[in-house]
Amino acid sequence: MTFWNSLGSWFNATLRRSRMESEMDEELRFHIEAYAADLVRSGVTPDEARRRARLEFGGVERVKEEGREARGVNLVESLVRDLCYGASNMLRTPGFTAITVLTLALGIGATTAIFSAVNPILFESLPYPQAGRIMTISEFGPEGSRSRVAFHTYRELAERSRSFETLAVTKTWQPTLVTAREPERFDGQFVSAGYFRALGVPPFLGRDFEPSDDRFHGPHVVILSDALWRHRFGGDAAIIGRQITLDDNSYTVIGVMPSTFENVLGPSAELWTPLQYDPGNISDSQTREWGNHLRMAGRLQPGATIDQARRELKTIAGNLVPEFPRPPWASHEQGFIVNSLQDDITLGVKPALLAVLGAVLLVLVIACVNVTNLLLARSVRRRGEFALRTALGAGRSRLIRQLLTESLLLSALGGVAGMVVAQLGVRALVALSPAELPRVGSITVDGPVFAFGVGVTTLIGLLVGLIPALRASRNEPQIALQESSQRTVGGHRRTRNALVVVEVALALVLLVSSGLLLRSLHHLFAVAPGFDASHLLTMQVQTYGRRYDDDATCNRFFAQALEAVRNVPGVSAAAFTSQLPLSGDADIYGVQFENASNTEDVAPAFRYGVAPGYFETMGIPLRRGRLFNAQDALGLPMRPVLINESLAKRRYPGQNPIGQRIRFGGSPNRPWDIIVGVVGDVKQTSLAVSQSDAVYVTTAQWLWADGTQWLVVRTRGDAAALAPAVRQAIWSIDKDQPVVHAATMEGLLAASAAQRRFALTLFETFALVALMLAGAGIYGVLSGSVAERTREIGVRLALGATHESILALVVRQGMTLTGIGVAIGVAGAAVASQAIAAMLFGVSPLDPVTYLGVIVLLAGVSVIACGVPAWRAMRVDPIVALRYE
Amino acid sequence: MDKQLDLLQGTLDMLILKAVSLGPLHGYGVLLRIQQISKDRLEIQQGSLYPALYRLEHQGWIASEWGESENKRKAKYYRLTAAGKRRLQTESEKWNRMADLIAGILDTKPEEI
Repeated sequence: MTFWNSLGSWFNATLRRSRMESEMDEELRFHIEAYAADLVRSGVTPDEARRRARLEFGGVERVKEEGREARGVNLVESLVRDLCYGASNMLRTPGFTAITVLTLALGIGATTAIFSAVNPILFESLPYPQAGRIMTISEFGPEGSRSRVAFHTYRELAERSRSFETLAVTKTWQPTLVTAREPERFDGQFVSAGYFRALGVPPFLGRDFEPSDDRFHGPHVVILSDALWRHRFGGDAAIIGRQITLDDNSYTVIGVMPSTFENVLGPSAELWTPLQYDPGNISDSQTREWGNHLRMAGRLQPGATIDQARRELKTIAGNLVPEFPRPPWASHEQGFIVNSLQDDITLGVKPALLAVLGAVLLVLVIACVNVTNLLLARSVRRRGEFALRTALGAGRSRLIRQLLTESLLLSALGGVAGMVVAQLGVRALVALSPAELPRVGSITVDGPVFAFGVGVTTLIGLLVGLIPALRASRNEPQIALQESSQRTVGGHRRTRNALVVVEVALALVLLVSSGLLLRSLHHLFAVAPGFDASHLLTMQVQTYGRRYDDDATCNRFFAQALEAVRNVPGVSAAAFTSQLPLSGDADIYGVQFENASNTEDVAPAFRYGVAPGYFETMGIPLRRGRLFNAQDALGLPMRPVLINESLAKRRYPGQNPIGQRIRFGGSPNRPWDIIVGVVGDVKQTSLAVSQSDAVYVTTAQWLWADGTQWLVVRTRGDAAALAPAVRQAIWSIDKDQPVVHAATMEGLLAASAAQRRFALTLFETFALVALMLAGAGIYGVLSGSVAERTREIGVRLALGATHESILALVVRQGMTLTGIGVAIGVAGAAVASQAIAAMLFGVSPLDPVTYLGVIVLLAGVSVIACGVPAWRAMRVDPIVALRYE
Repeated sequence: MDKQLDLLQGTLDMLILKAVSLGPLHGYGVLLRIQQISKDRLEIQQGSLYPALYRLEHQGWIASEWGESENKRKAKYYRLTAAGKRRLQTESEKWNRMADLIAGILDTKPEEI
């Protein structure tokens, strides 16, 4: 009943507004006139009676306003009015509005973008059922790094381990698909039969691989990705059972993976085929089955924990059984590294991502501090306005609602602009992302995070925005109306000063971090890679087709191709190598030294199968002995090898390594290889990693012919420009051979530092934003302070203060704030820089040069920020200032 | 007592309901009726009467219609609704209970404790 009454009343009041208004006017007029008439009857003169009636009634407008409110008119109406008022207010102060909205947008947008990128990579679980149970198993590599495993190791674990439901191994496959159009190269994977079961995602069409598919000389079967199936085979369900031609062989399609399948172990793979390695002949360590080149993953048994799995594999590693003999490079002396798949794929990028996340949170805090500061400054300016509105009859709740509306309006604008920033940011992040970044495809603007950012800033806007309303309605309006009241301003000023100190401190933390990263990158690029990277073109040449199964044919093709490339105009030298520095290759074999006391002493070294002329082309210096020549390509009884400098120093201290003998990558009864030369160290993994023991053999004398080799070309002019001509030269020998990954060596150098550069770019952006916001904060506080102290400055000038002393007064105020902020910031940076220590190179987290440079930069910015208000203070005219209030 | 008493917070609504329960009144009439009953001992801000009236009407406890005043002028008259009558009843009881309670506490003498 009451509800309907209220609704009706509200309805009447809202929709029949003008009638209600006129009725209210009439009713109030009646009251005042009736009272006046009574006063006249009691002997007061008519004029006096009207005056007293109106006075005693009180503010008519206020009564009407409260009356409207009592009827609930204001719900919609006052919202519209507040919005209009707020909008016109914002338009009246475009500078304030622009800075606030921009600050909000940067804070919300940057945080959302970074969180959106980091969330799927670090925090969301992988898109597999019970993803937490999927593990990766690796061998211990050099310096505790993870290294791949051999097929026989996988077999041993699959046989002996009980912690895993399924174990699987995989390696990359790059088949050429031949259709009616033209041959096309695809990324794919060789997988053991349990691969998809380990991940927990079966094909949605057809069937999964069975153990019977994955046997030596087994059937040629293939599973396609959804994208390949749709784009190349028209999404035809009848594809199952059809034959397709891959690398001259006919394969039967047995399945299609679902479109939702995300393959984090091979993001670009579009085809899968069984590995079909030979489980027999385990004692022959020269076979590919003993090469540590497979990635192993496994799904834990329900209820099994990662610790159980680690313990079990450690036990197996330490307990050799006769059925599974092991060569030296797969002795598992240190056991195995068991990681969750999630940790495994994010291991390399985690420090950078966490650091970036921390940095963007600092930016958000700075943005919030800045908005608080701006709103506080405005609230001081608006005290007069609110006092006036209170005096004119605006109720406290009315003022609060007005301010809430304005704050929400600002937040909404900031949110919209922030969404734009977030969208652009996410796009920029994906474009900038280094190749190591996993799951880039699943990065999209994160709704909840965006809502969080908008929520936080809105809340701040509301709280800070409310201060003037509360103050205006609590204080006696007449006091606030007199602008000379400085009591309340003092409290505000202290708060604002504190906020500026916080901003400066946080900005310093960000600046120091990005300064350290910048210096790291400089140090990194100052590292000599061990070869001359300029004018060097690189590309990978692959062979496919049955005719290249023959080693002699394969080697002949590469030799002819090299000859053709050397004849290309503009080419000054060229050579092939089995692995290229900084390309991501890690082809490692064990080295046994004749002079070692223990035959079990086998050290890992990078294996380079190179054509004679490789060192000359790369510019790798010869330290001792000789380089390879054309005769070395022939089968000599004792294989000549070259080793690198650091290996020579460590293994032959004070001796001449030339003529010493080693055994490299083969069975223990192979003949010894003879060291004929020592060459300079070369960075293989990245510029930052010093581990670079290397052994070079000629391609022709390696255990097998490498079907995939890197071509390095020294050019006279621009290296990249020569790529088409070089490619044509290779195709002149065989037009069907894929030539891929063409890049300049300088490009590879840059890519090897991509992760650091990525972090640096983000830090630089954030630090710049922080610096600008801190500068704006100092400027805002000082100009507010100068405006408030105009009278004081006038008095000082009138009493004989010089302009210089006024200038000093203001600058001192600003620099004091900066100084306190810097002091706090330095302490903060010393702590925060430990978090990015993993990304630093050649720079201490406490690098004095960086700290000093950043302090000078920050001081410079704050001097500029002080300058304008100080100049304004200096120009205060004492006469005007004293008359001002 | 010479000085007029300020109204306790929230009691104006109750007084208005009481005033109109004795017969329909216009706004000014409500003021006069309260002053008359209280023998001029209560100070009511004249302006504050109307928001209270509108609020009570909005809540459905009083209803209004236009009529003619004693001196033949158009005036808005308020009367108590059935809901308002119940409301007045409960409010009065609550008030009396509270008043007794407070009076009892204030009358307490040391020996009674």
